[in-house]
Amino acid sequence: MNVMSPTAKNAALLSCPSCHLLTRKPAVFGKSHAAICPRCGERIYERKPDSITRTWALVIAAFIFYIPANVLPIMTVTSMGKAQSDTILSGVIYFIKTGMWPIALVIFVASVFVPLLKLFILTYLLISLHVRSLWRPKDRTRLYRITEMIGRWSMVDIYVVTLMVALVKLGAIADIEVAPGAMHFAAVVVITIFAAMSFDPRLIWDKMEARHD
Amino acid sequence: MEKPVLIACHDCDLLQMIPPVPEGGQARCTRCGAELYSRKRNSLDRTLSLILAGLILFFLSNAFPLLELESQGLLQETTLFQGVKALYDQDMRGLSLLVLLTCILAPFVQLSGLFYVLLPMRYNRLAPMTPAVFRFIRKLQPWSMMEVFMLGILVSIVKLAKMATIIPGISLYSFAALIMVLAGAVASLDPHIVWERLGDGKR
Repeated sequence: MNVMSPTAKNAALLSCPSCHLLTRKPAVFGKSHAAICPRCGERIYERKPDSITRTWALVIAAFIFYIPANVLPIMTVTSMGKAQSDTILSGVIYFIKTGMWPIALVIFVASVFVPLLKLFILTYLLISLHVRSLWRPKDRTRLYRITEMIGRWSMVDIYVVTLMVALVKLGAIADIEVAPGAMHFAAVVVITIFAAMSFDPRLIWDKMEARHD
Repeated sequence: MEKPVLIACHDCDLLQMIPPVPEGGQARCTRCGAELYSRKRNSLDRTLSLILAGLILFFLSNAFPLLELESQGLLQETTLFQGVKALYDQDMRGLSLLVLLTCILAPFVQLSGLFYVLLPMRYNRLAPMTPAVFRFIRKLQPWSMMEVFMLGILVSIVKLAKMATIIPGISLYSFAALIMVLAGAVASLDPHIVWERLGDGKR
């Protein structure tokens, strides 16, 4: 079949990530070299720099933070002298027990399922690059687009904690404090957003060609 | 865009010649399906009017209380900024900065920055630093999480309803409207319009 696809890389062109202008690649241009887009001033690399290494580092960091995020309490509710700590999962279980399963589902999907799904997808995509997978590049690109889209929704729990803390300041009757789990959880969300940003889906297609030569 | 242009797909790098796209149409990558180019109807006017509405709603949303809680005669109300401050007071500085960035700063910079770039453009002028400002706004977009915050409000209402009486504040409604307006502004904005005004290569 075809050996070289007509890509910007093969045509010695650089595509600006911000305004999509194509410019000619300078004669000497390494992997870590950057050109400046003549139209919008953005730095252009041929591929996102150190994409695989950076994404691995961020994904592993996020996996590590994911543990304290779920084990540690995200907030402590003091009511009538009794203190009770809530983790993300205990919040989900509470809503299931009280019969409010739609809310339980929202929190479970946003806070437990989405971060894990995102991390597993990124791990899978990274591994598929290492083994030079040829399997369904179009669907793998689609998977990448999904991870870019869904990550933000994990912030829901952070906002809930923010509002609860601000509202429930009733002194002896009830008081709510943020607990360290919330910080770790926020770290997971932010790190996975950066991880998705540092992954370059064009590498999926580059590997497809490397096999053909 | 009157003549065909060559574009490389940002997801798979395939070079494609794109014929002129009619208003309201879009071009997709033939290999991976990513959206390469779209032309919105009346993009500048629509986006500008939505941004103007958005700026007004933004001030309303932050000036008035969001929720009010009533329990055994005690009343407690909060604005978004008081939530940020409450986190800061409990020594969760990073967390409070994150909420400040994603719910107040990013949406505000996004709205005012777009206004700064698009208003002069509407009258065929170019504001100073347009490329830098516009690039910055586009980069900031993933960090503007108003719609997620709205879901957070709904979840907290349900959560607190067991504990006390919750009274929705004025800004709850303006928040709801702001989210629609922001989503509309992002959807009606055609970034290529801005880039094409800058011409090819000369700033």
